[in-house]
Amino acid sequence: MKRKFRIGEFLIEQAIRSIAFVSLAMIVLIIIFVFRETFPIFSSHNAAPSVIAKEEVQETYGEPTSSSSVSANKGVDAVEGDASLKNLTGREWQPVSGQPKFGLIPLIVGSLKVTLIAILIAAPFGILAALFTSVFAPRWAQELMKPAIEILAGIPSVVIGFFALIVLASFFQNVFGYTYRLNAFVGGVALSLAVMPIIYTITEDALTRVPKVMTEASLALGATKWQTALFVILPAATPGVFAAVLLGIGRAFGETMIVLMATGNAAMLSWNLFEPVRSMTATIGAEMAEVVFGDTHYNVLFLIGSILFAFAFTLNAIAEVFIRQRLMKRFEGI
Amino acid sequence: MTTPMTDIEPKITTSNLNLYYGAKQALHNITMSIPRNHVTALIGPSGCGKSTYLRTLNRMNDLIDSVRIEGDVFLEGTNIYGPDVDVVQLRKKIGMIFQKSNPFPKSIFDNVAYGPRINGIKDKRQLEEIVERSLKRAALWDEVKDDLHKSGLAISGGQQQRLCIARAVAVDPEVLLMDEPASALDPISTAKIEELMYELKSQYTIVVVTHNMQQAARVSDFTAFFYMGELIEYDLTKTIFTTPGKKQTEDYITGRFG
Repeated sequence: MKRKFRIGEFLIEQAIRSIAFVSLAMIVLIIIFVFRETFPIFSSHNAAPSVIAKEEVQETYGEPTSSSSVSANKGVDAVEGDASLKNLTGREWQPVSGQPKFGLIPLIVGSLKVTLIAILIAAPFGILAALFTSVFAPRWAQELMKPAIEILAGIPSVVIGFFALIVLASFFQNVFGYTYRLNAFVGGVALSLAVMPIIYTITEDALTRVPKVMTEASLALGATKWQTALFVILPAATPGVFAAVLLGIGRAFGETMIVLMATGNAAMLSWNLFEPVRSMTATIGAEMAEVVFGDTHYNVLFLIGSILFAFAFTLNAIAEVFIRQRLMKRFEGI
Repeated sequence: MTTPMTDIEPKITTSNLNLYYGAKQALHNITMSIPRNHVTALIGPSGCGKSTYLRTLNRMNDLIDSVRIEGDVFLEGTNIYGPDVDVVQLRKKIGMIFQKSNPFPKSIFDNVAYGPRINGIKDKRQLEEIVERSLKRAALWDEVKDDLHKSGLAISGGQQQRLCIARAVAVDPEVLLMDEPASALDPISTAKIEELMYELKSQYTIVVVTHNMQQAARVSDFTAFFYMGELIEYDLTKTIFTTPGKKQTEDYITGRFG
């Protein structure tokens, strides 16, 4: 019974371990890269504003600004070309102009607006559809619906974006008669098509995992199917439903192609749902390819990336803390 | 031998009850009557149909797609498989306790108040009254009265099972069906459940499925022995355990098979 060295076991174990570490390292490297490219914004404050302003003047992209007006403005808004905190928290996003304005507020609001619309549509639909499939639908309908909705999740977002751009936009404009054909509402509806299957699938799994004995207990007490679904099954599956909605929010916030195609992409700051918006992701998607490498604009785009990262982390942290520690405790009596 | 020699009024009567899971017949011509305000035990080896029979009495088998039922089940003269019977109303009259305790992931209070609430009782005082009364009937009140807002899943297995009994009792049923209610419990908790059955039979008609023959002998007034989907013998518990009429019954209760 001497210990034996098994070369095959050893190699496989090492291979799996290295793959795991490589994927971990990749994530860390991406984070480092994004934050490193963001960093110059915060360190370039000391650079003389006048120098930057001069560079920016030379870089006007066909803006009809006469040099006199530029120099006239320079005294007042010299700081605008720089990514100062004041500029970043401004209400205007005009990164390519005589005095670039890097106000992130409209982009953040834009992202939130579209995400909110998408979730408000996708969450009720997804959850109710899941409730229907797992509680009410006969077997054959279950077997039809789940794969069908999951296929929807597999549709490339560019296809959904295209569909929204061509079909949804005109349809909703005819129905509601608003001014801008492409706007936050159209983008949100299109986005909900991408988010709904995620919420549906995860909710459905959570509902199906609720022990059958609980359903039976409720029915044996003389509850109707609907009462059982609403008061027993859905509450018992709350952690899963919550996770589904959070993942849906994450997906909606991070989705690029659909919002890029369907929201009109004008960085307008308003609460009107029928006005165009420009989301953070769409801004990166649209501008990154044309930006001057190492420029302030370039750094600001990476700052947006960092914000998206931070958002994703926060969402995951909430999910982790809230679901693991609070809901699980409450619903599983641990 | 489908009704024991007794003049007690029957609560439930089944006549020529046949049940099929798809093509497989699980119950053969069961004709028996269950006397009111007594404990009737159903015994027999695994797969003999006793649980299936129990679940026909509150139509829980309806939940299984492939089940087909022939014959009649009468609850005080009403055929519960009749076309105009509301299953939801029926199940309010016939409560059920399951083998594995299955409290909802809610507080103890909300567990017991669930039934009354779905029946439309909203008044808080009234609910509190029902919860207290039900928990007392299930002999659980003294143990949990100070933490009614604790999760129903956070108490011990034996307490959970009594919580389920309290929950069933809270809707004021007439019959309690118990499907091996103590099979997953330790001897002390089992003794408590058995004691409870003895207490409860003054108000409810109890039908209990059990694998444990000592338990059947201890708690029941009548015992029915099922084998291979047939009702072999049904009589006073005393008779079944002392002078069984059939060879199969004797073999089973003396532990020769099963």
